[in-house]
Amino acid sequence: MQPILKFLSAKFAWILLAAFIAFIVAEGGVGVLIKDWRFAVELAVDGVLTGLMYSLIAVGFVLIYKSTDAINFAQGEFVMIAAIVVAGCLDWFGLPLWLSILVGFGFMVVFGMTLERFVLRPMIGMNIVAIIMATIGLAFFLRGAGPLIFGAAPSTINLPIPDSPIVWGLLYLTPIKLLGAAVSILFLAGFGWFFLKTRKGVAMRAVADSHQVSMAMGINVERYFAVAWVTAGVVALLGGLAWGNMIGVDTQLALVGLKVFPVVILGGLDSIIGVIVGGIVVGLVEALTAGFVDPYVGGGMKDFAPYVLMVIMLMIRPYGIFGRRLIERI
Amino acid sequence: MLRLNNIEVMYNNVILVLKGVSINIEEGKITTILGANGAGKTTTLKAISGVLRSERGEVTHGTIELAGERIDRMMGHDIVRKGVVQVFEGRRVFANLTCAENLIAGAHVEPSSAAMRQRMDMVFEYFPRIAERRHGRAGYLSGGEQQMLAIGRSLMSNPKVILLDEPSLGLAPLIIEEIFTIISRLNKEQGVTIGLVEQNANLALRISDFAYVMENGSIMMEGPAAQLLDNADIKEFYLGISEHGERKNYRDVKSYRRRKRWLS
Repeated sequence: MQPILKFLSAKFAWILLAAFIAFIVAEGGVGVLIKDWRFAVELAVDGVLTGLMYSLIAVGFVLIYKSTDAINFAQGEFVMIAAIVVAGCLDWFGLPLWLSILVGFGFMVVFGMTLERFVLRPMIGMNIVAIIMATIGLAFFLRGAGPLIFGAAPSTINLPIPDSPIVWGLLYLTPIKLLGAAVSILFLAGFGWFFLKTRKGVAMRAVADSHQVSMAMGINVERYFAVAWVTAGVVALLGGLAWGNMIGVDTQLALVGLKVFPVVILGGLDSIIGVIVGGIVVGLVEALTAGFVDPYVGGGMKDFAPYVLMVIMLMIRPYGIFGRRLIERI
Repeated sequence: MLRLNNIEVMYNNVILVLKGVSINIEEGKITTILGANGAGKTTTLKAISGVLRSERGEVTHGTIELAGERIDRMMGHDIVRKGVVQVFEGRRVFANLTCAENLIAGAHVEPSSAAMRQRMDMVFEYFPRIAERRHGRAGYLSGGEQQMLAIGRSLMSNPKVILLDEPSLGLAPLIIEEIFTIISRLNKEQGVTIGLVEQNANLALRISDFAYVMENGSIMMEGPAAQLLDNADIKEFYLGISEHGERKNYRDVKSYRRRKRWLS
């Protein structure tokens, strides 16, 4: 009895993961058999595209973590505030779309810099937990301030992108999702190259490793912080445009940011390639669950399936698929 | 070259760590600061390199001058541009970066990539072991190799002055010997001025030109290294040798005698 228990407890997480994957596969498999395999493929493609759009939001998060070592709980709120500003320009001032986006861009740049100057710079050298707590506070502040200034009425951002799907063979592709996914991949590739190949990227990773030592290497830590936060803001604008176009603009948009956590936990907090893979996995799980499980359980499982996966992942590989392991000297 | 005039350093606006320290680090020489734990040696170096602020410390009194220019109000990253770089106690390499990337980060103030590669080759020449492991993560190096990487990284910014904080900490005697030989070579061949903080008094005094002894936040003694090596008190308290050439039991040392000598 004892050895069996021991085995079970040691392998518990693996068994859970295997069960979960088996469950998803079985659902998909059953779906293919009893329903329509085209439906499964369609779901999968849609899931991948949606997942890549999650990646677009998650990349801002990873950017902050890679360069400042802080976990930004307000990434979803960044997306929300960017979308609200653009929608506000469109609705209130009747500005043309390109100008609204430009205003949104300017706003996010100023926003990122202000944030760095008045919230994060005074915290340089402090415990990382303090910085994380500050971002949580910031998230709630933004969730309140956005509607306070721009009103709580939901609005939309209408991008000049056709709604009708592109039919490609068997597949029906939503244009906005295609575009979002393409932008996402483009940006991720760009950031990957920047961090690995350029001297500034190396310096940024050095800053994440140790603020104090980087400073002693002549790296202007504050400037790199500002760059990281501004970039995260601008990426959030892209996410806000894509998601705002799809699901409308109000405080609910911030909730998309919560999907960032399964994405980055799966892929690894500091890995660019991990963001892509994590995003795709989360998108797939969500879409397949929505298509094949929700009809039987009455819906809603799609929303928490990625988090189940996240919890299991934390039990097996807390640093994610591609994340760095903590190096410790003993 | 580098002159500290009567500086005071306070942490958190209440804790006075340095109480009027004056030190002169001469160009092209090796200057050592000796002292026990908590004497203020590391704080002195951090005051020079300008990283105190990130630990809530501040130079509240006195001046620090580099070749006649005041640097005590400057930010840490600007001081590196002026040519002063610190190698931290406990090595502090960027553990998640490769050795080569550590060196690239160290060359941040060097705008030209060609010059950076040239300096990297020089570092590899001094530390062949780092060259072998250039693509390995720095966190997986041994302690001695990390110390070499930390010194190499500081060389990348083309410094005039390197401040070394306890390079012997936690290393095997053989490695310490090797590192001190390289420090001495760097000083002679590259003409780098070196400020050294050490607990290993014997080794430090042998390679340096001038030395200061710190205690409780102030300078207690200073002089040419050779002279200090010969000093009876240094021998007794830092080298562990009594005047008869034997090891002495500290219980036998009368405390009033010690105190009187040090204050005079």
